[in-house]
Amino acid sequence: MMGKPVIEIRNLSKIFRRDSFEVVALENANLTVEAGEFLCLMGPSGSGKTTLLNIIAGIDRPTSGELRVLGEDVARLDEDRLAAWRNAHIGFVFQTFNLIPVLTAYENVELPLLLTRLSAAERQKHVLAALELVGLADRIRHYPRQLSGGQEQRVAIARAIVSDPTLLVADEPTGDLDAHSAEEILDILSRLNREFKKTIVMVTHDPRAAHYATVTRHLEKGQLLPLEPESRQVAER
Amino acid sequence: MVIPLKYNVRNLLVRRTTTLMTALSITLTVAVFVVLMALAGGLQSSLTATGNPLNIMIMREGSQSESVSFVSRDTLQVIKYLDGIAKDAQGNPWVSPELIVLINRPRRGQSQGANLTIRGVTAEAASLRPDFRIVTGRMFRPGLREVIVSRRISDRFQDCSLGDKLRFAKGYWTVVGIFEAGDSAYNSEIWGDINDLGQDFDRPDYSDVILRAADAGALARLTDQIANDRRLHLKAVTERQYYATQTATAAPIKIFGIFIAVLMAVGASFAAMNTMYAAVARRTREIGTLRAMGFSRGSILLSFVLESVFIALLGGLIGCLLALPVNRITTGTTNFVTFSELTFNFRVTPELVAAGLAFAGIMGLLGGFFPAWRASHENIVTALRST
Repeated sequence: MMGKPVIEIRNLSKIFRRDSFEVVALENANLTVEAGEFLCLMGPSGSGKTTLLNIIAGIDRPTSGELRVLGEDVARLDEDRLAAWRNAHIGFVFQTFNLIPVLTAYENVELPLLLTRLSAAERQKHVLAALELVGLADRIRHYPRQLSGGQEQRVAIARAIVSDPTLLVADEPTGDLDAHSAEEILDILSRLNREFKKTIVMVTHDPRAAHYATVTRHLEKGQLLPLEPESRQVAER
Repeated sequence: MVIPLKYNVRNLLVRRTTTLMTALSITLTVAVFVVLMALAGGLQSSLTATGNPLNIMIMREGSQSESVSFVSRDTLQVIKYLDGIAKDAQGNPWVSPELIVLINRPRRGQSQGANLTIRGVTAEAASLRPDFRIVTGRMFRPGLREVIVSRRISDRFQDCSLGDKLRFAKGYWTVVGIFEAGDSAYNSEIWGDINDLGQDFDRPDYSDVILRAADAGALARLTDQIANDRRLHLKAVTERQYYATQTATAAPIKIFGIFIAVLMAVGASFAAMNTMYAAVARRTREIGTLRAMGFSRGSILLSFVLESVFIALLGGLIGCLLALPVNRITTGTTNFVTFSELTFNFRVTPELVAAGLAFAGIMGLLGGFFPAWRASHENIVTALRST
């Protein structure tokens, strides 16, 4: 499963300045994620795990340190090139699903493809394939409000993978779901990792989630704790 | 590629009450704008549409209007035999001496009066106005104290219907005909025999003389010759020019209309802005999600501006439809050059409707830009965290 590094982080820090005081969200983090890994970031609230995820995904910028994602020095890209980079390489899965309520499942999944040069017919092929993969091919005309939470999150995953990105980032993807739906979502993510070789970085509180990951890293008060030798594993399932 | 329009349209449908209320404020603004401009436009066109391009009006030097000009009977004989005047059907010079007097008559249903233009004419007068036609009754006959009244004046003033006796000068005059004259200023007049009127008003001279030039070259020569003849002390202007200079009457209405419309537009723009700020606030997380997916700031900006413009155009369209029924309605005002009643129709032209819609679009742009700017510059992480 080892490949070339997808994410390389050296001495990465993020400091938020609020009025006169500073909050250190992330301090001197060092992290390497190889292609095909499923990394689980765990830690209590405010430990900096979401900040780390956002920086990796290119929607937040570090205060200092080095960062290469897919070989790109993302912190140096300007706003528009960064947006194009995210569209091409990153798939997002959010805790609150973040589907557009006025668009159908199909239209939601199609959104990232509108930024590509694909024709309508090609887009349709991709959208249907992505919805098929998450098991929702029969729900394409449904609006988000007509779907259950688990189904909504599956649509969101379809949206995240429709443009075939290399890296999936998931921020508490099971946080708003019941146990059964959560398991479904984790199964899908795990499948994407194993069968489709997607590199995944997932932030979670859920201890069960860790079973699906190939690597688990813990954060505490902005510190990325050292890798415990037994935590790098190939998921059993 | 940009964010699909259905995203905006469906959002507007979801918030249909707010959308409609916002559109309504723009509707009212556009309706007022279109009505006032239709008024100014109708007034202007009734003056600019008057006159055959080859007709020349000869007035006393220095007079701004027919009503203050005078031309003596001797002078008419000089004018008649100038070179370059077209011949009428009988082979005579196509020349019409005319007399203008003003009388004050009450409007229908009111005791308050307005000045009406009475034009004393000969048989030639009608032939010089190509749009002139009698719609009911007949032409007046000389010597019988008969007059004909334009349809718009007949509709709006007392004792001006067919068969009525109209009292002015030294007695009663019978209305024997109702006429129309296209869209021109003659629609606001009463015509009678020049000699009958001259006697009654003790006006032995004429006010002005109208003649038809043979062609464009003759028109220029005649105008020069009359203006340069030091014996005559006359000036010659084309009939078109004469009425066009009176369009100044429309200016105050236009300025007032634009002033009111701009005031209302400021209010309507703020309404649109308020609505769009609310829309942006409601959809902050969606905006964050779209940005994360790779939609650029520009496409977010464009999307929200288009949404605002869409609301505004919807409002503008309803506004134009509301204003449409005023088209062709007749109204009147005082012509500030002649100080007499000038009747005209509201004119809602396709150009005016287009201007109304453009005006609505501008309100939408102004109202939508700042909220859209805010939406597009929201920090992605903060936007994703909002509820």
